[in-house]
Amino acid sequence: MTAFIQPNLLPALPEMVMLAMACLVLVVDLFLPQEKRGFTLLLSLITLILVGIATVYVSPASSISTFGGSFILDKLAVTLKLSVYVVTFLVFVYSRDYLKDLNIYKGEYYVLGLFAVLGMMIMISAHSFLLIYLGLELLSLSLYAMIASNRDSVTASEAAMKYFVLGALASGLLLYGISIFYGLSGTLDITELSGIIKSQAASNPVMLSFALTFIVVGLSFKLGAVPFHMWLPDVYQGSPTSVTLFIGTAPKIAGFAMAIRLLVDGMSDLQVDWSQMLTVLAVASMAIGNIIAISQTNFKRMLAYSTISHVGFILLGLLSGTELGFSSAMFYTITYAITSSVAFAVLMLLNREKHEAGEIADLRGLNDTNPWYAALLAIALFSMAGVPPTVGFYAKLTVINSVIQIDMVWLALVAVLFSVIGLFYYLRVIKAMYFDKPAENQVITIKEALDVKILLSANGLSLLLLGLFPSLLMAWCVAAFA
Amino acid sequence: MTVITAGAVVTARNPVHAALSLVLTFFSSAFIWMLLEAEFLAITLVLVYVGAVMVLFLFVVMMLDINIARIREGFIKFLPVGIALALIMFGLIYYVVSGDQFSLESMAAPVAKAADYSNTKELGMVLYTEYVFAFEIAAVILLVAIIAAISLTLRRRPGTRYQNPSEQMKIQKQDRLRIVKMEAEKK
Repeated sequence: MTAFIQPNLLPALPEMVMLAMACLVLVVDLFLPQEKRGFTLLLSLITLILVGIATVYVSPASSISTFGGSFILDKLAVTLKLSVYVVTFLVFVYSRDYLKDLNIYKGEYYVLGLFAVLGMMIMISAHSFLLIYLGLELLSLSLYAMIASNRDSVTASEAAMKYFVLGALASGLLLYGISIFYGLSGTLDITELSGIIKSQAASNPVMLSFALTFIVVGLSFKLGAVPFHMWLPDVYQGSPTSVTLFIGTAPKIAGFAMAIRLLVDGMSDLQVDWSQMLTVLAVASMAIGNIIAISQTNFKRMLAYSTISHVGFILLGLLSGTELGFSSAMFYTITYAITSSVAFAVLMLLNREKHEAGEIADLRGLNDTNPWYAALLAIALFSMAGVPPTVGFYAKLTVINSVIQIDMVWLALVAVLFSVIGLFYYLRVIKAMYFDKPAENQVITIKEALDVKILLSANGLSLLLLGLFPSLLMAWCVAAFA
Repeated sequence: MTVITAGAVVTARNPVHAALSLVLTFFSSAFIWMLLEAEFLAITLVLVYVGAVMVLFLFVVMMLDINIARIREGFIKFLPVGIALALIMFGLIYYVVSGDQFSLESMAAPVAKAADYSNTKELGMVLYTEYVFAFEIAAVILLVAIIAAISLTLRRRPGTRYQNPSEQMKIQKQDRLRIVKMEAEKK
């Protein structure tokens, strides 16, 4: 047996800080009376800031790998991790008043949230099948519990159950693919795997693409691409909006990282195969997502279908297989997470005791009572639809550009066609806010805390800022793949 | 042996007998692992499944009054399906083992290990060195599972009545017994 060399622990510093602080939050929260729950929130926010500082502190000039090659820290990991922290920070602040209203304002929300972030960090930095799977399970397990946290709600339990069963199925499929790859190559390490695939790609194409199929299916389950999207609308609608906000934002970034690590780092030699699979998935997602969203009356359900169509766009960037494509997909993912956090946050503000705001009808006449929030939501929706000068326009533009670069003009046309269809249902919500009169018995009261207002405004305006100066974020995304 | 006892699990009339046959099944599969020089797995199987899981199972079987006749109703009806499934499984396994990927020719027999080779020690060595990061994450997942399970099931019911033994022990005679002096009743 070869002597064991102590691995370099420093690159994993953010993870260690996160674990220690999450445990601290857990214990501190235990001894807090209900009226001092704000301290848990404060501590969780401090944790995110500390972890962010740790991530910046260890951020390397070139990529470092440690723990026998199973852990990698590169520019991609740093950028994605930082965006996960930012999004989670926003989610935690926005959720507070909503959780109080629903009487589920407990420390577990933040503790599980922090553990979910830990899972995402591991997924982002993982460079072996084993770690990717463990990170994914850590994330999913926390999410299942967060969805079910509103125990008295039947829809929340149903959503948690559906997510749990389908999530387990997806993990099973992913594991099945991983095990076939392990059987073929004898390694779990992604760097070694890519070398072995290179040597086997000519001699053993059937088995490799067989295993790849399972990996892609597992991935698209987790991302929510058609035809593996069935869980998304139910989970979005059923979970408490604060949890929907969390599920719809940060884990998408981690899922993107997982796709990059598996498909691009590990199986770049099978690109011909997975490009085709992703093309089918992307077209189906954009079509189903945009068309079914038209008939939705529930705002959360509509956003779920819009998520599916956005996943289609992210896959467009991935399938091009070029550096431009990857960085534009990354830009798309991050900006989508920021955009949808605005949309869900405004919806949460509208929530009142005894009445869960979720229908598009609940937004009628928002402009008359709260013009500022109506404007913020309008910016977010315009950004999702891809209307300039919001950031969604630039994100769609770069993704479509990357597809045109590989001479798949028909795919670009399909993407444009479906985003035009998508524009309809976003505009319908905007019409409801600006031109419809509220119903007789409808009272719109918004309890606004100052910190939420400031953060939400900054968040909404950042969509405009990034739309006007996309290079602020795009430079990072390009650097991650350079 | 494993197959016979597994068959007994399904066919036994008494659920306790079925559970005990399952114990025997686990034991014999543990021995198969032993033959494959995987002592650690064999021991874990006995300790975890036979020792913990099956005991729990037996408890449940004995505590619940299970209507055996009702369960057995479907036995003949589903027998063809079960046999068909078993045959398909057998066929698939046979196909994989005899195919060119995993046949005996393409997979050389592993070299037998020396007598002092301990696979528990080897597992421990890699678990705490090479895979320490993955091992820690697995521990965190278990922690999250505990938090989730407790937060989802623990309900504080303010109205429940419960006993407080220390309070009960501290009780004095005067707290419970009041001696009332009364005039004797006159006849």
